[in-house]
Amino acid sequence: MQKLLLLGDEAIAQGALDAGMSGIYAYPGTPSTEITEFVQNSKFAAENHIHSGWSVNEKTAMESALGMSYAGKRTMVCMKHVGLNVAADPFINSAITGANGGMMVVAADDPSMHSSQNEQDSRFYGKFALVPILEPVDQQEAYDMVHYGFDFSEKYKVPVLMRITTRMAHSRSGVVRRPEIRKQNELRMPSDLRQFVLLPNIARKRYKNLLREHASFITESEASPFNKYIDGPDKSMGIIVCGIAYNYLLENFADRNVPCPVLKIGQYPLPRKLVEKMADECDEILVIEDGYPIVEELLKGYLGRGLKVKGRLDGTLPRDGELNPNLVAVALGKPDTFGLPVPDLVVGRPPSLCSGCPHIDSYYALSETLSVLSHGRVFSDIGCYTLGALKPYEAINSCVDMGASITMAKGAADAGLVPAVAVIGDSTFTHSGMTGLLDAINDKSPITIMILDNGTTAMTGGQDSPGFGKIEDICRGLGVEEAHIRILKPLKKNHEENVAIMKEELAYAGVSVIIPRRECIVAIDKRVREKLRNK
Amino acid sequence: MKKDIILAGVGGQGIISIASIIGYAALEQGMFLKQSEVHGMSQRGGDVMSNLRISHNPIASDLIPFGQADMIISIEPLESLRYLPYLSGEGWVITNTRPFNNIPNYPAIDEIMREIAKVPHHIALDADATAKVAGSAKATNIVMLGAASPFLGMAYEKIEDAIRFIFRKKGDKIIELNLSALRAGCDFANQNM
Repeated sequence: MQKLLLLGDEAIAQGALDAGMSGIYAYPGTPSTEITEFVQNSKFAAENHIHSGWSVNEKTAMESALGMSYAGKRTMVCMKHVGLNVAADPFINSAITGANGGMMVVAADDPSMHSSQNEQDSRFYGKFALVPILEPVDQQEAYDMVHYGFDFSEKYKVPVLMRITTRMAHSRSGVVRRPEIRKQNELRMPSDLRQFVLLPNIARKRYKNLLREHASFITESEASPFNKYIDGPDKSMGIIVCGIAYNYLLENFADRNVPCPVLKIGQYPLPRKLVEKMADECDEILVIEDGYPIVEELLKGYLGRGLKVKGRLDGTLPRDGELNPNLVAVALGKPDTFGLPVPDLVVGRPPSLCSGCPHIDSYYALSETLSVLSHGRVFSDIGCYTLGALKPYEAINSCVDMGASITMAKGAADAGLVPAVAVIGDSTFTHSGMTGLLDAINDKSPITIMILDNGTTAMTGGQDSPGFGKIEDICRGLGVEEAHIRILKPLKKNHEENVAIMKEELAYAGVSVIIPRRECIVAIDKRVREKLRNK
Repeated sequence: MKKDIILAGVGGQGIISIASIIGYAALEQGMFLKQSEVHGMSQRGGDVMSNLRISHNPIASDLIPFGQADMIISIEPLESLRYLPYLSGEGWVITNTRPFNNIPNYPAIDEIMREIAKVPHHIALDADATAKVAGSAKATNIVMLGAASPFLGMAYEKIEDAIRFIFRKKGDKIIELNLSALRAGCDFANQNM
């Protein structure tokens, strides 16, 4: 059969479509966005009424997926690693309720923080929730694992977590599809209608059930096609290698023959018997895993006595950052390779706000307004406008997590930093800013909130913004006073007028919302080009 | 046959199109392929880079090891230098000489050219000007692909076929413009090797 050239993200989406998924739920987040976009662009998905619209945030996405699973249909929910923090509450509890229709949770980690604020490892969440985890080695396995994962989820009535990394998400390779497309499930209620009622007496039973099933998950891992023990003659060392890191290992052996035993891991919980076999026959174990040293820590134990384990914790591999073939070569005791050094004149070329971006005008007006006050008053958020931290703007003082601008400004104002300013985008505002705004209103906090409304979720490539056309209604509804909702157009020619409005609102000792509204320049370009194409 | 290629440039310069064309040509010949890129932040006028690996045998790593790339194809001169640690001793740097200056501290272009000249095997051409002469200012990336074509280890016609396929929805005129851009880049490389 002909190979399709697919990104890891696309392979997962194709796998889900071919495995009879009825709906996908997500909030955009690099590097996970393309999974949902692939389904949104699929003719097959449209013809078969597969849900694929964006959710307001990862928590609402996770809960909607759980609802679809409750109704007996197969569903997938996708997010970047930090999105799983937002969805952690329903995720952890979905392990207790269990699933009905197959449910897969895809979390895309970002080791080396290519476009994230941390490099947390989603396998911790899987272990924490006690759910099985799948971690593909390549795009083909990513495709195959979706089918397997839905089957597993329906067999054990448990959500299955798939953990990928940026390298898997955004790397292309050939994928062969299964010959048959599976039908979607019919609507089918849970056999026990109290399964999803987590009152303590039911939750206790469900938790015991999960603990019991966990033994089966280990047995399944031991027999899994994704966990392979490949023997080798040299028993002085055994290698446990997880997910994509297996490729870096093989890269170091031209004939793909590793001289020592290798345990390739693609499914968790760890296959206990296979790990024991390696511990019994090898003098020491090298663990190669992208992300945190989870397997390494597990093998080592708290005291680190007994089994000799090497990896990220003892410095054999770096403690942080993405792995690559060279780091693995050094860990194997092989010579490193290096090309020419980078000439001294090479300077960085950081990303920047696009020429003509409305945020530029908003920042210039804000910075001028604040120039008469002491520095350090601007709490910002996650989006293109975070680039306002860089030169020449240097206009913001925080970027922590989705929605934190409003609540941090409130806390700082509570502490006496008045005026304090929050800068948040329209999509981030509906994701996690609305609840914080209600806190500020109820406390009548003296903060000025700038909701930079460019009408799109720009940073991740211009997805629909869930609050489009509703921003001031939301503010009004939550209780912002009409006189303190100010809409302005961020343009150079309006600079003086915009500064004047900002000054007025900064002087107000309550919650003000300023909405600089102008469409994203990239979104306009895309819209015009699409229009020309359709002509 | 195995080729490990670093594609470099600035967001929006079209390195992904080059990857798609080489990738399609490779797959049509029954080769294996892995191509890795970074999306997100890097697209906002920042530096972008893609690892492209094609081989008749299965490929293990998505990432090319340092010191082992067969070539660096760069649509921007400063960017061609950023990835030199990946280049093998026998490797080629094939770069555009037209700067994309969107940073305040962009180095002097003659100093950049001096550094490029130090790389043992290199081809440097003004791909923007070449593209314009060939009939399409937008085809800078295809000129660079043409300049790299003698080093790809595949028949020139296969790359032409791939261009016809990738641009099939854009009409015959666009295809012809890109084919002449490819030819112009290829001719330059053959005369300046």
